[in-house]
Amino acid sequence: MAGSMDVKISVKNLKKNFGSLEVLKDINLEVTEGEVVVLIGPSGSGKSTLLRCLNQLEKATAGQIIVDGYNVTDKHTDINQVRKNIGMVFQHFNLFHHLTVLKNMTLAPVHLKTLSKEEAKTKAMQLLERVGLADKAEAFPSQLSGGQKQRVAIARALEMNPDIMLFDEPTSALDPEMVGEVLTVMRELARDGMTMIVVTHEIGFAREVASRVIFMEGGYIVEEGTPEEVLNHPKEPRTIDFLSKVL
Amino acid sequence: MVMIIQTYWTMLLKAMGNTLLLCLLSLVFATVIGMIFGLMNVSHNRVFNFIGTVYVDAVRGVPLIVLAYFIYFGIPAGIQSLGFTSFRLDALKAGTIALSMNCGAYMAEIVRAGIQSVDRGQMEAGRSLGLSYGAGMALIVVPQAVRTMIPSIINQFIITLKDTSILSVIGFPELTNVGKTIMGNTFKNLQAWAVVGIMYLIVITILSKVSKQIERRINRGR
Repeated sequence: MAGSMDVKISVKNLKKNFGSLEVLKDINLEVTEGEVVVLIGPSGSGKSTLLRCLNQLEKATAGQIIVDGYNVTDKHTDINQVRKNIGMVFQHFNLFHHLTVLKNMTLAPVHLKTLSKEEAKTKAMQLLERVGLADKAEAFPSQLSGGQKQRVAIARALEMNPDIMLFDEPTSALDPEMVGEVLTVMRELARDGMTMIVVTHEIGFAREVASRVIFMEGGYIVEEGTPEEVLNHPKEPRTIDFLSKVL
Repeated sequence: MVMIIQTYWTMLLKAMGNTLLLCLLSLVFATVIGMIFGLMNVSHNRVFNFIGTVYVDAVRGVPLIVLAYFIYFGIPAGIQSLGFTSFRLDALKAGTIALSMNCGAYMAEIVRAGIQSVDRGQMEAGRSLGLSYGAGMALIVVPQAVRTMIPSIINQFIITLKDTSILSVIGFPELTNVGKTIMGNTFKNLQAWAVVGIMYLIVITILSKVSKQIERRINRGR
């Protein structure tokens, strides 16, 4: 696969403090194009914070993060420009409550002039078709189920044509019967070659889709490797302990 | 009472008009002031926070009547002492400034609370798509905040309408001031103030009913 070794994300010596609390202590990470990296670990281990540092929803305290060739930890970088290429999906969907599904999707590209109104609408309808919600274009978020909301949220992120997608516990707020429909969309996305970083508790998804699994605890990356290595043959005692509790 | 209405009805209606004019002008300016200082108070810029907090605390910490005296008598006196001896501020201008500043401070608090009632995730989602802070505010947060703000805004409008009566002290011919004049002419304390009170009551009742309707419509759309 030509170009598949392109480094999309490079994190060096990342530290993040909230006041006196050190959430990320010394994170080093490289993600290449088309990789699906799944972050697992107990709550409070810093997985979500790491993810949110990548698009600078959390400002790094120290260290360097390079995404798509842009140094996002440099305050002279136009972060809005970089974020256009990084889609993010949140645990609580964060759909815009006052707008229809279609408007949710077309708001940013039309405002930022990356697409014309007509193009944005056409693209949004194609994406809604892809996530199986074409009939919900005119619905408001409050009229959708959790699973539908999350599929719209994914479609909204894809509308910007990102080349990296970040997922912050995308299925944690869903009723069990709705988890599958969201994971299906994510699986397809991975199959299409999207570079993805996923924070999740869905070990089954990690095993099936991840090209790499990273186990975090206490602000450090404790262990990483293929799903086979980390999930089936973990070496670190803390990984073994964690997996024994969730599997 | 009938006598007072028969004799003074043109004066009373004109005074009511003045009351509404003062109120309306003040509300327009107060909304602008409230929006500016409210946004300053929720921004992450410390200088803006400081300015916003000082404004709100200063204005809320001074009685409206003192603020009115300060603007109507104090400021012109100060400017005159600088050599601009012909400087005057008429009662409508001074009243509008005092009431706008006062109502604006409360509006700023309503705006701040409204914006803070919108889940942080809304702004984060907007920012994650590449929108600037300003665009996120204008397109995502404020439109949602306005819905929760409307009942408080209407309530504040009613309070401001009543506060216009305080400006009778600087001689603006609004309803309460004209009530004083009528009382002075007729010495019918009971009747004069009953008429004035009922006139306020009618206007404010209409305003509250309309606001209930608006509130109901907003809640239905939710």
